[in-house]
Amino acid sequence: MEKFTRLTAIACPLPLSGIDTDQLIPARFINRQRSEGFAAYLLHDLRKEPGFPLNDPLRAGARIIVARRNFGGGSSREAAVYALQDYGIACVIAPSFGDIFASNAVGNGLLPAVASEDDVEAMLDTLSAGTTHLTVDLTECRINAGNRAWSFSIDPVWREKLLNGWDDLDFTRSLQPAIDAFLVNDRTQRPWAYSM
Amino acid sequence: MAKTLFEKIWTTHEIQRQDARSLLWIDRHFLHEGSFAAFGQLRARGATVAHPELSIAVADHYVPTRNRKHQPAPLIADMMTRLADNTAAHNIKLSDWHAPDQGIVHVIGPERGLTLPGLTIVCGDSHTSTHGALGAIGFGIGASEVAHVLMTQTLWQKRPKLMRVQITGRLAPGIAAKDMALAVIARLGADGGRGHAIEYAGDAVRALTMEGRLTLCNLTIECGARCGMVAPDETTFTYLRNRQHAPANFESACDHWRTLPSDADATFDRDITLDSATIAPIVTWGTSPEDALPIDATLPDPARMKDEARAAHTREALDYMGLRAGQALQRVAVDRIFIGSCTNSRIEDLRIAAAVLAGRSARVPGLISPGSMPIKQRAEQEGLDRIFTSAGLEWGDAGCSMCVAMNGDTVLPGERCASTTNRNFRGRQGPGARTHLMSPAMAAAAAVTGHLTDVRPLLEGRL
Repeated sequence: MEKFTRLTAIACPLPLSGIDTDQLIPARFINRQRSEGFAAYLLHDLRKEPGFPLNDPLRAGARIIVARRNFGGGSSREAAVYALQDYGIACVIAPSFGDIFASNAVGNGLLPAVASEDDVEAMLDTLSAGTTHLTVDLTECRINAGNRAWSFSIDPVWREKLLNGWDDLDFTRSLQPAIDAFLVNDRTQRPWAYSM
Repeated sequence: MAKTLFEKIWTTHEIQRQDARSLLWIDRHFLHEGSFAAFGQLRARGATVAHPELSIAVADHYVPTRNRKHQPAPLIADMMTRLADNTAAHNIKLSDWHAPDQGIVHVIGPERGLTLPGLTIVCGDSHTSTHGALGAIGFGIGASEVAHVLMTQTLWQKRPKLMRVQITGRLAPGIAAKDMALAVIARLGADGGRGHAIEYAGDAVRALTMEGRLTLCNLTIECGARCGMVAPDETTFTYLRNRQHAPANFESACDHWRTLPSDADATFDRDITLDSATIAPIVTWGTSPEDALPIDATLPDPARMKDEARAAHTREALDYMGLRAGQALQRVAVDRIFIGSCTNSRIEDLRIAAAVLAGRSARVPGLISPGSMPIKQRAEQEGLDRIFTSAGLEWGDAGCSMCVAMNGDTVLPGERCASTTNRNFRGRQGPGARTHLMSPAMAAAAAVTGHLTDVRPLLEGRL
């Protein structure tokens, strides 16, 4: 997994709350293979609406999205993260995220940065006033636009994971003896759980 | 020290703690067509499945729920083949779309007795919260986590905070678990439960049947909590006894399960209480499950909202739904109804819908899709299918069907559907589709009248 430390990039304001995973990628496109790419399907239906911010030439090449509360709620489809990443998005800033989406995002190296509602509104205002770039610094948990700065939060374990580009699986594999020992003991403690 | 139901189960499944995370043993892993992405990750690593005997696969998301005898569209057939190939390659038991026990994954788990109290259960589907109704920790995961579980039968998780939602009193006649769940979501908001596991408690929850509890826990993810649960009790044990996969030594398992309920002095990070006497039949009007109101309400007016984000959402939702501020919900005409999904497709859901529809005609078309083929068989033994078809509604096969519209059963652009499903998101039931969520009784009432309506007068003398 790629590390995330600091990113200065074009940011796109999406002043919508509840951008659920059905919006991020409608269900009819999620049967694609990972290798086929998902960029064309990011926010597929919303992007057809006139004036949708992602279509603004000023936001071409955006790598950061700023949105209102409850970003990525709903379905567990990891394709929502694939669509964002394949489009080029590496960080989403919002007051709250769907738990499963945030977990999927971190697992794939995409930063879900939680900022206060007031700060998100300030960022949306700054961007709609013509600012194009934001800097997101995960080491400091800071967001900058020119001389303006905001803080964001992220779970400390997730922060470490993103900063180091850690993959859970390698670590879990190193714990195989502990897993085996657990199973031997658990089968005697809870035999009913294995009798299906 | 006093412990909650959640803590008791969590602790017995912890293999290792690392910083603020735990490596958890996973007792049951449910798979469906959408799991192909995870199998792709296994292929890429050349990995095998650690415990195929603890994974159970079923075709549900893409299966045809109409005209099943005909050859499905190539895309659907491809998804069926992918699931069959992947499960066969890894020696995982599959109920394919022709199997007599096929059904929606969150319906068949409890139905077969695969879901038990005290288990950890995961599935690459957000409605895995359903299984918590039996006193298990069940939660949805993404494809990479599915791959991790397949390869190790374990998962890294941060322990969520705990919230107790107490629902006191008794539900009035005609009010369902669906109304209870929508009332909770409206109260908490669509993200109010994030970071939490919810334990539902209180007299009204205790009084629910197992099927009602499954509906309540199913909708937990719609308030943002990944996991919802109800402590196991005699209702749970009676439901499970003699089920196909229930433990052989059932009474000894019950002895263990009786130790699981939260201790009397256990504490929660958050506690909320709802009085069931205040719960009326509820329908959603907007594009988030939190946009839920009692059927006798009028629609909110964004011009009167101080919070700009809230006003913007309301404006956009009303616009998408083709509704006006101040409009009465009761007068909103619908174009079709759908009864089904992992939320509301069990036999009691079908019975209450039939109680409303018996001897009446539907004014709009509709599809009724049972949650599993065994439920379909039972409904037919009870003659419910004839009530539905006599009313002019279509009686389908089991699957996710029109809830997520992946199998081609869609609501047409601009059409308004009274639906017993779980999400009223834009385009959820098809591009441009407008969804109103409600209980099976309320959806049946909408079929009979052709508009959103209070089911209670239609149920008089029929309960």
